[in-house]
Amino acid sequence: MEKESTRMGIEDISKSYIYPDTELDRTEGEAIEAARKLYKQPIKDPDSWLEEDISRNILLTTADAIINWSRRSSIWPINSGLACCAFEMIATAASRFDISRFGMEIFRPSPRQADLLIACGTLTWKMAPTYKRIYEQMAEPKWVIAMGSCAISGGLFRHSYSVVPGINLIIPVDIYIPGCPPRPEALLHGIQALQNKIKHQSIAKKKEQS
Amino acid sequence: MTLALPATEISAKLEAQFPGSLVESSGNTIVVKPESIFQIASFLKNTPGFDFDYLNFITAVDYNTYFELVYYLVSLEHNHGLILKTRCTDRENPTVPSVVSLWNGANFQEREVYDLMGIKFEGHPNLKRIMLWDGFQGHPLRKDYKIQ
Repeated sequence: MEKESTRMGIEDISKSYIYPDTELDRTEGEAIEAARKLYKQPIKDPDSWLEEDISRNILLTTADAIINWSRRSSIWPINSGLACCAFEMIATAASRFDISRFGMEIFRPSPRQADLLIACGTLTWKMAPTYKRIYEQMAEPKWVIAMGSCAISGGLFRHSYSVVPGINLIIPVDIYIPGCPPRPEALLHGIQALQNKIKHQSIAKKKEQS
Repeated sequence: MTLALPATEISAKLEAQFPGSLVESSGNTIVVKPESIFQIASFLKNTPGFDFDYLNFITAVDYNTYFELVYYLVSLEHNHGLILKTRCTDRENPTVPSVVSLWNGANFQEREVYDLMGIKFEGHPNLKRIMLWDGFQGHPLRKDYKIQ
């Protein structure tokens, strides 16, 4: 008696659907069968004509040129914001200014995977040892951008008891971007300046260490 | 909006309860002697009708000749507030009784006042620096603090 009433209940619910399960299974099966009949041949690679031309060519370059090209075209910045300049960095990374146009949209949360430290904001003495450690955890080659007055020189807080007057006391800096805060355009300009700097580096000469 | 209690009424009661402990009172501010701050705070917290069960903040001001500590007391029950002040003239070793045993929220704020202004709170369970690091020399919000 009880079993029968349960089964009745299930049937009642299935009737209330617009498409019953049997109907959905049937349409799915039809679509799969149609696809199996239709897709018999592999689709040709639309770029396959390229291979013929390139295979007949030799490209010559220097090691420096190809290494620097690959390094500067894919800089991975570390996802670290010190103070309010970080919001300009976030705006630069977002859709309106779009840092990915320069091949650096992948902000890494781990210093081990990053090669650019954008020091955006005020560095306090309490934070300084930690920040130094973050820099040291990054793998070579690595670059540092000092963004904004505070990172360059301590800025407004230079004479404060708690602020580092310039992050170049702690870590070596490649590019300085002035402003309080710099606009996203300025950060993009600084990034291009860094790319230009990388372009002219040489693997034979090791980067100067502080 | 919290109602500011008129200080004159309270000061009359305090004067009767703790003779000679008041320095001055005006508006909604009462200034008391530092040695009697704990007794007065305890009285204000526990007396029915006052019931200052919430300490909004503690801060300190350096007036060069003396330090002034400001306590803003609020009663959540009656929705009224009072500003309690005390003054330390000793610059070398200013000491005030702690009110942590009355309001636990005073713990971090007294540590901050100690850290930046150098005022010691007697009876504080853990009086050490909170913002600046261990080994920092001096108390930077004092007017006579010199930056190296």
